[in-house]
Amino acid sequence: MTRQSPIATIGRPTPGRPTLNRPTLNRRGFVVASLTAAGGMMLGLGHAVAATAVNGPTEVGAWIVIDPDDSVTIRVSKSEMGQGIYTALPMLVAEELGCDWHKVRVEHASATRNVTTHDYGSMGTGGSRSIRSLHATMQQVGASARARLIAAAAQQWGVPASACSVGDGQVRHVAGGRALGFGALAAAAAKVQLAEEPAIKSPDQYTLAGKPLARLDTVSKCTGQAMFGIDVRLPDMVYAAVSLCPVPGGTVKSYDASKVLGRRGIQAVVPVPGGLAVVADRFWRARQAAADLPVKWDPGAGAGTDSAMFRAAYRVALDGILTVARNEGDTTQALTQGKLVEAAYEVPHLSHAPMEPLNCTAQVRPDGVDVWIGTQNPDMALQLAARTAGVAAEKVQINTCFLGGGFGRRAMNDELVQAVTVAKAVGKPVKLVWTRETDMRHDRYRPQAALRCRASLAADGSLNGLHIQTAVGSISRSLGWGTAASGVEPQAVEGLANQPYAVASQRVECVLKNTHIPVMFWRSVGSSQNAFVVESFVDELAHAAGQDAYQFRRKLLAHRPDFLRVLDTAAEKGDWGKPLPAGVGRGIAIHESFDTIVAQVAEVAVSSRGEVQVRRVVAAVDCGWVVNPRLVEMQIESGVIYGLTAALFDAITIKDGAVEQGNFDTYKMVRMADAPRIETYLSLSRGARWGGIGEPGTPPVAPAVCNAIFAVTGKRIRSLPISDTDLTSRT
Amino acid sequence: MITLTVNGQKHALDLEPETPLLWVLRDELGLTGTKFGCGIAQCGACTVHLNGVPTRSCVVPVGGLDGASVLTIEGLSHDASHPVQRAWIEHDVPQCGYCQSGQIMAAVALLQQTPKPSDADIDAAISNICRCGTYPRIRAAIHRAAELARG
Repeated sequence: MTRQSPIATIGRPTPGRPTLNRPTLNRRGFVVASLTAAGGMMLGLGHAVAATAVNGPTEVGAWIVIDPDDSVTIRVSKSEMGQGIYTALPMLVAEELGCDWHKVRVEHASATRNVTTHDYGSMGTGGSRSIRSLHATMQQVGASARARLIAAAAQQWGVPASACSVGDGQVRHVAGGRALGFGALAAAAAKVQLAEEPAIKSPDQYTLAGKPLARLDTVSKCTGQAMFGIDVRLPDMVYAAVSLCPVPGGTVKSYDASKVLGRRGIQAVVPVPGGLAVVADRFWRARQAAADLPVKWDPGAGAGTDSAMFRAAYRVALDGILTVARNEGDTTQALTQGKLVEAAYEVPHLSHAPMEPLNCTAQVRPDGVDVWIGTQNPDMALQLAARTAGVAAEKVQINTCFLGGGFGRRAMNDELVQAVTVAKAVGKPVKLVWTRETDMRHDRYRPQAALRCRASLAADGSLNGLHIQTAVGSISRSLGWGTAASGVEPQAVEGLANQPYAVASQRVECVLKNTHIPVMFWRSVGSSQNAFVVESFVDELAHAAGQDAYQFRRKLLAHRPDFLRVLDTAAEKGDWGKPLPAGVGRGIAIHESFDTIVAQVAEVAVSSRGEVQVRRVVAAVDCGWVVNPRLVEMQIESGVIYGLTAALFDAITIKDGAVEQGNFDTYKMVRMADAPRIETYLSLSRGARWGGIGEPGTPPVAPAVCNAIFAVTGKRIRSLPISDTDLTSRT
Repeated sequence: MITLTVNGQKHALDLEPETPLLWVLRDELGLTGTKFGCGIAQCGACTVHLNGVPTRSCVVPVGGLDGASVLTIEGLSHDASHPVQRAWIEHDVPQCGYCQSGQIMAAVALLQQTPKPSDADIDAAISNICRCGTYPRIRAAIHRAAELARG
């Protein structure tokens, strides 16, 4: 069997038969998978297969391939990093296509093809955008293929297309008692030109989408067979480990390769952006040599800096010139009316820390480049590879593997540039792997920020004025993607400029300030810090007004029925107001991000020794329409744990220009014993709302937990992480 | 030469004795189901059974393992039929999936020691890190696997 297996197949494996999904990356392109004697994955270079072969698979449009056995391979243009997109997008195609869901397979769309045809639009995965941007497209793709299959059958039978229907992978003409499988019709269907595109269902007509179907990638991820970038193995492949300047932006002054070149297996030392790569026949040998390689560094502009300096600089920046991001009424005047409440907040840099450290495998051929990588941005990865190798973009093949976590980090592939550089230098396929320490010390971090809030309360608890200021790093400037010339970028003020509470006058201001520490998108981006600030401050206002935190929010959200429904659901399901044992409190928070509203009630115990235990988090969600409620539930759980880890434990700090934390001993993670019970309730407005789900679970958890801590201890957490605050005494 | 039995198959290995078992499995034997996560026994992505004991293979030098027996995720079953795998599939535990081989191997070891674990037993035994936050589903799946194993 030379056909490759799909990335994911539905259903349980047949006992005794290894049907477990052997993920391959480009079925018709170049990669042939086979088992090695040891049971691992070996990839070889095969030949591109024509899109339509006799008795072979047939492409019906750019997104769908139909096999003679009626199985359907759906191409997915977005990366699978845990969010379930390899299941959700195919469900929307299958909803219209009428195929047998048990015969659906998935493969990643080709970024190379996209360079010339633009068939797949933007292949970047981020911003909780995949379903939001593609739901109608995926339905149309399925509907279009269905119409072609029907047209092919109708022509063959000599009956009107309108007399035919589809179901379970067949076209049927009920009146004539005839049926043909998709496989038998695919070749003819591929040639059909539709006079017009068929209409697609509205979400309330869904029969498959909306159901809690099992993920297509689960089995392969329970057997060790799912192939991540780090698992790629090529014939004659060598390994590379890197030694990078501890201070981001620094460069190599000098190094002594002779100290490691005589060692067993060591083949070369190659300069790469940021430092040096050591190439060996085994990764462990490369890694040891990279650690032992004597290098003198020029630390560059970041030399001598530390977190205390940055912290002071961000605070001071709030007193400088800020740019207005939202301005309604006369806020300065309004702040003189009523009771003034002020608070200042700070958040640290955070690392993404995906479980799979960054890595990339590359082969530079005379006529092109092959890359295997888990990337959130295959389009950009392709351009980076082309530029690095000095070849035309259409000569680059990006094989997008499963991502062992992304969270934003894999939107920019520094590791790819290094891998292609090394592969070009040594003329062999190279797998370049970062250690955990490199991954943590050479991340592109969540920006550090300082924020200040002022509000004036009327006697009835309504808001006269609200003034929010933020000093934060610019992501677009750090990435070189833009200059943010106006002084504001959306990421800096999301969650601030669109805060939902009713207030007569408000002003939101921003100052963008970067250091040598690179910053980027971290799960939920600006909302990750801004929800913490707004929802903590609203809690402070409720307390200052002498009102219940939930009821206070309700009054200020009276004009937003969508927010109210979500808030009420969280409060009701989270037992808001019901008695709790001593030392346990509840906190509430609500935030809209990526077009989805999430409210959470956290139940938190604080011991007399100041130990925090988050016992339960109840989440209510309005993402409008749901493609797969199981995936929504999983993403809320995931978002809560991810946000909770950062809230409780984590900060990336700088000393002498370098990141201090390097591994999970100093950058602590929530583990099983720390994990709360999490309950997710859908509170859907439907209508025109199609919200994202990969990120919106993260922002509310930090403020919900901090507000609960206040309820127990009377202490306000205004700087994260929580572990930096001494909670042993109570006020 | 170090002789190592992995998933029932014997291998003779000529390697530096300090090479961690993890890299022997992944790079020498091609058993890539066992993952590299931290290199300092913090995260558990590299968990295998060494002579029946759950072990973080990233810090175990192969030099001390002559004659040892190793079970990896690939050796757990050929068809995802192990009760822990069945429970994992039933509960759709994995998200990105990278840590799950280690989580499953840790859970298998827990159930061998404690066939009907309490939540406290699970808290104590499962210290592997999952960045996707699959802990609630892992907990449920371990309870389910205990049921499945009892038949």
